[in-house]
Amino acid sequence: MSLRWNEAEATAIVRRHEGREGRLLPILHDLQAAFGYVPEPAIAFLAQALNITRAEVHGVVSFYHDFRHEPAGRHVLKLCRAEACQSMDGEAFARRVLDRFDLDWGGTTSDGRVTVEAIYCLGLCASAPSALLDGEPMARLNADSIDEIAREVSR
Amino acid sequence: MTIRFFVPRDAAARAVGADKVAATLRDEAKRQGIEIEIVRTGSRGLFWLETMVEIETPGGRIAFGPVTPRDAHGLLAGGLPLSASHPLYLGRPEDIPFLKRQTRLTFARCGIVDPLSLADWRRYGGGRGLERARSLGPSKTLEEVTKSGLRGRGGAGFPTGIKWKTVADTSADRKYIVCNADEGDSGTFADRMMLEGDPFALIEGMAIAGLAVGATKGYVYIRSEYPDAVRTFERAVLLAEAEDLLGAEAGFDIEVRVGAGAYVCGEETSLLESLEGKRGQVRAKPPLPAHKGLFGRPTVINNLISLATVPWILAEGAEAYAAFGMGRSRGTMPIQLAGNIRHGGLFETAFGVTLGELVDEIGGGTQSGRPVRAVQVGGPLGAYFPRALFDTAFDYEAFTARDGLIGHGGIVVFDDTVDMARQARFAMEFCAIESCGKCTPCRIGSTRGVETMDKIIRGERSAANLKLIEDLCQTMKFGSLCALGGFTPYPVMSAIKHFPEDFVRPPLSVAAE
Repeated sequence: MSLRWNEAEATAIVRRHEGREGRLLPILHDLQAAFGYVPEPAIAFLAQALNITRAEVHGVVSFYHDFRHEPAGRHVLKLCRAEACQSMDGEAFARRVLDRFDLDWGGTTSDGRVTVEAIYCLGLCASAPSALLDGEPMARLNADSIDEIAREVSR
Repeated sequence: MTIRFFVPRDAAARAVGADKVAATLRDEAKRQGIEIEIVRTGSRGLFWLETMVEIETPGGRIAFGPVTPRDAHGLLAGGLPLSASHPLYLGRPEDIPFLKRQTRLTFARCGIVDPLSLADWRRYGGGRGLERARSLGPSKTLEEVTKSGLRGRGGAGFPTGIKWKTVADTSADRKYIVCNADEGDSGTFADRMMLEGDPFALIEGMAIAGLAVGATKGYVYIRSEYPDAVRTFERAVLLAEAEDLLGAEAGFDIEVRVGAGAYVCGEETSLLESLEGKRGQVRAKPPLPAHKGLFGRPTVINNLISLATVPWILAEGAEAYAAFGMGRSRGTMPIQLAGNIRHGGLFETAFGVTLGELVDEIGGGTQSGRPVRAVQVGGPLGAYFPRALFDTAFDYEAFTARDGLIGHGGIVVFDDTVDMARQARFAMEFCAIESCGKCTPCRIGSTRGVETMDKIIRGERSAANLKLIEDLCQTMKFGSLCALGGFTPYPVMSAIKHFPEDFVRPPLSVAAE
C-alpha cells in the first residue's frame, strides 16, 4: 500500500471498473485499499474521470463511515458498539482497550501502531463482545483478549 | 481410509479460533500418520458450541465442541475413532435439542455442505427450485411465490409475490433483482450465515426471481462489516459462472457490491442510491422501487432470506411452505438468538412460537446467569419487551399489536444489569450517527434526543424532559421518511413504558462554584 497519491494507480483503478453501472463506491473501495485512505486529490480526479462535480464526489466520500480522509495506523481495530455487544459489557471492554492504548474513539497511537474505531455490528451477535482486527473477526472477547490484541498490533 | 472432518469457516467460528483448530487437526493427523480430509462448512448456528467439529462415521456425522485450538491437539491424541466419553462429545448434531426442535427449510443445507461445492449443493437438493420454475414459466412461478404467503424477511413483511408481480407487470428496457444483504441490525446474522454457509441458495433464488419478473441482472449488496461473507460469496458467484448457473447460458448475472459502513443503506431506497454511486439518501415513495427502482428501472429488492427461501418454495411447493406458521405469518422464520444468552444461535421455526419459549427454554436464559430483564426484538429500531410480554407469539401482527416488531428476526437479551435509560440514549445516539440527513426530525431530533436523555440520566428535571422525549418521539415517528427516524421511538418509548424506574434518577450534585 503506497500512502502517496499516485494518479497512474488511480487511473488504473478507474479503468478496472469501466462499464460498471454506479461505479463510484467500488472505485472508492479500491482507492482506499490501494492508498489506505481517500487522498484529497482523488476528489477532483474522480470528478473529472466520472464527469460529475467535485461536490458530488465529496458528498459521497463524506457520507460513508468507511472512507478515511487520512491514513490509519498500521493496524486497525474495530470494536463493536451495537446492542448485542453492549448486552455482554462491550462498552466496558471497549473502554479498557481504549485506556490500554491511551486513545479516544477513532484515535491512532502516536507511534502509528494501531487505530481503534467503533463499528456497529459484525453479525457475531451470539458471541459478543466482538471486533475486527485488520479485517479478521474476534469474538467472546475478555481481559485476555486485550493482551492478545496488544501482541498482534505490536508485530 | 480417509476420515472426513468438518470445521466451520463461518466468521463466528473463525472468531473463536476455527482456523487454528483446522490447522492443528491437520498437523496432528499428519504427525500420527492418519489420513484426514477437512471440509470447511458454514456454521450449524449453535454458536455457544463453536468451534464445533464434526467427524464422518459410518453411522453419520458426530459433533464435538466447543473445540479450542488447544483442545484440537488432544482431540486426535488418543487416536480415532473418538468415543462418546470424550468431554467435548455432542453426539449427532441433528439430535442436539436446539437443532432438533427446529424446522430448517431455508437453512436446510447450512452447516452441512461445503458452501463452495456445487456438487454438495446439488446433492442436497440445490437446483430443483430453479428447474421447476423453468418448467412452470414466469406467471406460474409468481403464483407459487404468492400462494406460499412469503413476506419480506427484512422487516417490512410485505408479500413477496405481490412485489414480484408488480415488477413483472411493469414494462421497461431492463429490470433488476437486488438482494439486500446489508444486515445492519444488531442481533442478526442470518444473512451472514447464508452468504458464508449456503451462497448457492441465494444465487438460485435470485435466478428464479429474474425468471419470474423478466430481469437478467442482479446485485447483491453486502455490508462491508462482513468481509468473510463478501469473499465467500464472490467466490460462489465465480463458481456458479463457471458451471453456467450464472452468465449468458443461464440468462442471469449477479454482481457483488460492498457497502461502506452506513446503516441507513439497509433501507431499500437508500440502498438503491448507494448502488447508483450516490449518498445513501432515502427516497420518497411513490414511486415504488417495483416501478422505478435501480437506475429508474423496475426492481425487485428483497432481503436475502426472502430470496434464499424461494428455491425451497418452488421445489417443495407453495402449499408445503404455507402449511407452517400462524395467522398471516406463513412459513418459517430464521430467528436469531443473541446478546446475553446461554444458547445463542440460529433457530429456524414456524411462526407462532412465543418470545418466552425462545428466550427461556430454547435460549436457556442469560449467559451471565442473572435474570433476563429486557429483550430487544427486531434490531435497534425494535421495542424492548419485558418478561410480562413473553407470551407474545412470534408473528408479524402479534408483535405490532403490542407496539413491537419482529423485524429481521433478531432477539437481543439483556440481564438485570442493563440500564434502560442508557439503552434509550443509545437508540437516539445511533439514529444521530446513521441518519442520512434528509429529514429534520431524524437528523436534528436524534441529536436533541441524546442531549435530553443525558439530562434525564443526570436527574435534571426528569418529568419535564421525559415529556419532551415523548413529544420528540411523536415528531420523529410522523415526520420521518423512513424507519430510521420513524422507528427510533420504538426502543425509546418502550424503554420508558416498560422500565419507568430507570428514568427516575437522583439529580447529580453539581460541584460548588
